[in-house]
Amino acid sequence: MAVALILVLVAIGSVAFHLFSPWWWTPIASNWRYIDTTIIITFWITGVVFVAVVVFMAYCVFRFRHRPGQQAIYEPENRRLEGWLTVVTAVGVAAMLAPGLFVWNQFITVPEDATDVEIVGQQWQWSFRLPGPDGKLGTSDARAIGPDNPLGINRDDSNSKDDIVIEGGELHLPIGKPVKALLRSVDVIHDFFLPELRTKMDMVPGQISYVWFTPTRTGTFDILCAELCGVGHFQMRGTVVVQEQSDYQAWLQEQTARKFARLAPTE
Amino acid sequence: MLSILVFLGLLAVIAAWWLAKQGIASKPWMEQGVAYDTREFSPAPSPAKIGFGVFLAVVGTLFALFISAYAMRMQLPDWRAPPIPQVVWLNTIMLILSSVALQGARTAARRDDADALKIGLAAGGLAALAFLSGQLLAWRQLMAEGYWLATNSADAFFYILTGVHGIHLLGGLIALASTGSQAWRGTPPQRLLLSVDLCATYWHFLLLVWLILLSVLIGWAGEVAAICRQLLT
Amino acid sequence: MVDVPLGPGTIIPAEIEDVELYHPKSWVTKYVFSQDAKVIAVQYAIVALSVGVVALVLSWLMRLQLGFPGVFSFIDANAYYQFITMHGMMMVVYVLTALFLGGFGNYLIPLMIGARDMVFPYVNMLSFWIYFLAVLVLVASFFAPGGPTGAGWTLYPPQAILSGTPGGQDWGIILMLVSLMIFIIGFTMGGLNYVVTVLQARTRGMTLMRMPLTVWGIFTASFMALLAFPALFVGCVMMLFDRALGTSFFVPSIVEMGQPLDRSGGSPLLFQHLFWFFGHPEVYIVALPAFGIVSDLISTHARRNIFGYRMMVWALLAIGALSFVVWAHHMYVSGMNPSFGFFFATTTLIIAIPTAIKVYNWILTLWRGDIHLTVPMLFALAFIITFVNGGLTGLFLGNVVVDVPLSDTMFVVAHFHMVMGVAPILVIFGAIYHWYPKVTGRMLNDTLGKLHFWVTFLGAYAIFFPMHYLGLMGVPRRYYEIGEMSFVPPSAHTLNAFITIVALVVGATQMVFVFNLIWSLRHGRVAGGNPWRATTLEWQTPETPPPHGNWGKEQPVVYRWAYDYNVPGAEQDFIPQNQPATNTLPLMGLAHA
Repeated sequence: MAVALILVLVAIGSVAFHLFSPWWWTPIASNWRYIDTTIIITFWITGVVFVAVVVFMAYCVFRFRHRPGQQAIYEPENRRLEGWLTVVTAVGVAAMLAPGLFVWNQFITVPEDATDVEIVGQQWQWSFRLPGPDGKLGTSDARAIGPDNPLGINRDDSNSKDDIVIEGGELHLPIGKPVKALLRSVDVIHDFFLPELRTKMDMVPGQISYVWFTPTRTGTFDILCAELCGVGHFQMRGTVVVQEQSDYQAWLQEQTARKFARLAPTE
Repeated sequence: MLSILVFLGLLAVIAAWWLAKQGIASKPWMEQGVAYDTREFSPAPSPAKIGFGVFLAVVGTLFALFISAYAMRMQLPDWRAPPIPQVVWLNTIMLILSSVALQGARTAARRDDADALKIGLAAGGLAALAFLSGQLLAWRQLMAEGYWLATNSADAFFYILTGVHGIHLLGGLIALASTGSQAWRGTPPQRLLLSVDLCATYWHFLLLVWLILLSVLIGWAGEVAAICRQLLT
Repeated sequence: MVDVPLGPGTIIPAEIEDVELYHPKSWVTKYVFSQDAKVIAVQYAIVALSVGVVALVLSWLMRLQLGFPGVFSFIDANAYYQFITMHGMMMVVYVLTALFLGGFGNYLIPLMIGARDMVFPYVNMLSFWIYFLAVLVLVASFFAPGGPTGAGWTLYPPQAILSGTPGGQDWGIILMLVSLMIFIIGFTMGGLNYVVTVLQARTRGMTLMRMPLTVWGIFTASFMALLAFPALFVGCVMMLFDRALGTSFFVPSIVEMGQPLDRSGGSPLLFQHLFWFFGHPEVYIVALPAFGIVSDLISTHARRNIFGYRMMVWALLAIGALSFVVWAHHMYVSGMNPSFGFFFATTTLIIAIPTAIKVYNWILTLWRGDIHLTVPMLFALAFIITFVNGGLTGLFLGNVVVDVPLSDTMFVVAHFHMVMGVAPILVIFGAIYHWYPKVTGRMLNDTLGKLHFWVTFLGAYAIFFPMHYLGLMGVPRRYYEIGEMSFVPPSAHTLNAFITIVALVVGATQMVFVFNLIWSLRHGRVAGGNPWRATTLEWQTPETPPPHGNWGKEQPVVYRWAYDYNVPGAEQDFIPQNQPATNTLPLMGLAHA
């Protein structure tokens, strides 16, 4: 009796926690609403299954608990029932998988008009590089890294001449414009994680990975590192500021001006 | 990861074939009494042989994984395969001879021919030792030419693959030595049949592994794979 | 009724021809360097449970830091990362794998299939001592300069072998890799034994389809482990070369603390592929024995045959096979070719189907049963709840695009703890309560057992269920402290403190269990040979606890499957597997089956 009751309470408690606890995802700030939708679909399907299984168990425990004279039936199998359950499960799985794969296809297909932004991870800070007026990022090589070239940018590449490097600061992005983040690391594996933008991808040394998104809400968002990268992992924070186009242009100009101010004495 | 998947696929086919023979579609609750037991009609091989078969599957998995890692690593741009020292070909012949000699020992043990058995075991052991020394020579030649372990991953793979293969052969040599010493102490060949049998099988297996490794190291395997890919597309 | 081809009168005994059991002569050969699978099983269990206690303490320490950041000054970030790494590796490999296969496998396989011992007793003994050596090497890293590795249990290079990680340039990572390699060698010896014993040493009449699901689960898992551990071995060898000999398998050209490193071209993803090629089957290596054991617990204590036995066997085999083609679902956001995501998401969600079938069959076994709510049964019920919970959250993480916001967050931590931490451990507890009477001849105390059960189950659920929501919010895993995150409300810190307190209570309650184990050894109720009135062979031994050789003069002969509970027309509500067939055919009424 008590056991059955506690089992039911576990199911009810779980659902209640899900519905009424203050802990839920952060309001989305990018185009990846579909990801949230897929999560909701999955929550519904799995939630129903969980409650059904637990309540069924509780009922069995209550109804078929041992009492004097109680006898179990002898039924080795029931192909029809098992067949049906398999089919229903397969349908449920397909209902989760299909939207998932559909959205994944979008997730990995970068739109033509996306602007490149390079995100560079190193123990334990973020740096960014914008392509500058030519819209192209110069190549890079970890072997070129030195005190005057912390990101290992290939200076011989003409595309790199007008690149704007932002070290350890904030990355500003214009609202409503798709961004292709090119992810690179100069030491160990890091992960570019923006919870509000539902964006996450590892940055692996020796290769360039990518992820794309369109910011849909202005504001300041945390960049976290989501792949253990050494003892300072949890302190590796950065910021993305999503702005209206005009504010963004002002910021961009400032960065460009700063770059040339810095370059002027040497040239 | 293709080579390991192909290898495991092969194992899966064997497992499925074996399970199918074991009546895994039967309804055990319908059968009372001493049931139809396949073992009664085709006596299973000894535990040592079955255990040895499973062991070979594990060793095969290990090498298939190394080859998978090799195949993935070689696609990266810094890859510079070292030249294969000529002595490796001589070693290959030695390993083949070793295998042939142990096969001879196996037939000798079956025929209960103690002298032939001793000769086979000794010849097999010596040829295997020659193979191993030849492999060491190959390492030295490579090092002399400047292909060190840390020079390039292709060099490191050469050392690791040949090294792991050599260690397995060395383990086999220990078993072979124990069998040989028993033969010399006059144990009748019939009683040694099982160990000679296992040694010979192990040698053939390691020869096969070596031939595959060699084809991978030389690059033949890669070419064959490329041709297969072209045929498929 | 199907015609059963009865074996001919002259049946070759299944007993291995003149198996010469090694007869121990002294205390040392009987209890230390023992070749008796049952003693080896207890040795495995004691060592694994001891490692488990260390891992539990480590989890307390890290929970203290997460719940009350900054209060305990001796837990600095270095120590924290060492704790999580050692906790993870210990639990997954040295506790769960060793306990299920080395412990339960050794004890139950020979007894349940009616064998006298494992087929290679000497190798079996070696297997345990090599495992013990691996544990010693692992523990040694706590005392090595620089302490144990803090690379996370996944040991991803390059960070695992660089100075920015605890133990990366000290002894920690080397000892970890060496210990794993030793473990794998030792396990391979044990695994060969488990597999070959099942293949070869089943007693007369014990066909594959008459084996209890426990044996099926351990057998399949052993086979998988034999084929999966080599991948970890290869990864360990190559990483050891990278760390110690300067090769570049996994290390591309990078800088270490501002200094360029003399490496080039290596692929960190190559290690991840190797690691997860082992790592995913490993999940099922832990799960399949639990599946098997829980099937037998439910069937025995619900006095009802396991529902859909054949489906259960096929599902085990299907899960075992499929688990080798899903590994990259741990790598959706690893920077690998993203189009692999389609394939691996599909295979991953397909594996949910056989797994779901197993769950259905467990709960359908309860349906119209005669449920005795014994302590083992309670643990089995709790297993189903936690496993279903953890399995369902696996559908989130396996579905590639949903994995994007959730991977590497506390959601993952909650998921895998629920599904391969809590659930299998509940089965281990249930199994210990179930088989302790056979091992020692005495029952464990029921009241203490129930106390232990309720605190453990409800506590563990209260720890890990809310944790999912921290992850959903976006709190990453492996954070020494959350610190300031704009999207994390202060209440999340309260939740963390709550989780920590519950974890401390649940951990402390395990002492009740340890006390029960020791106390009942002397003072427990005498159990008799078959206290649960179970059908399987281990309960039919002539003596309890069974002596070396298990069966006295004659090995049992098996006449029926393992699940004849409440057979219509039978005298008792169970018929042991070795009870000869009678003229009354109990299945007459089951025409539809």
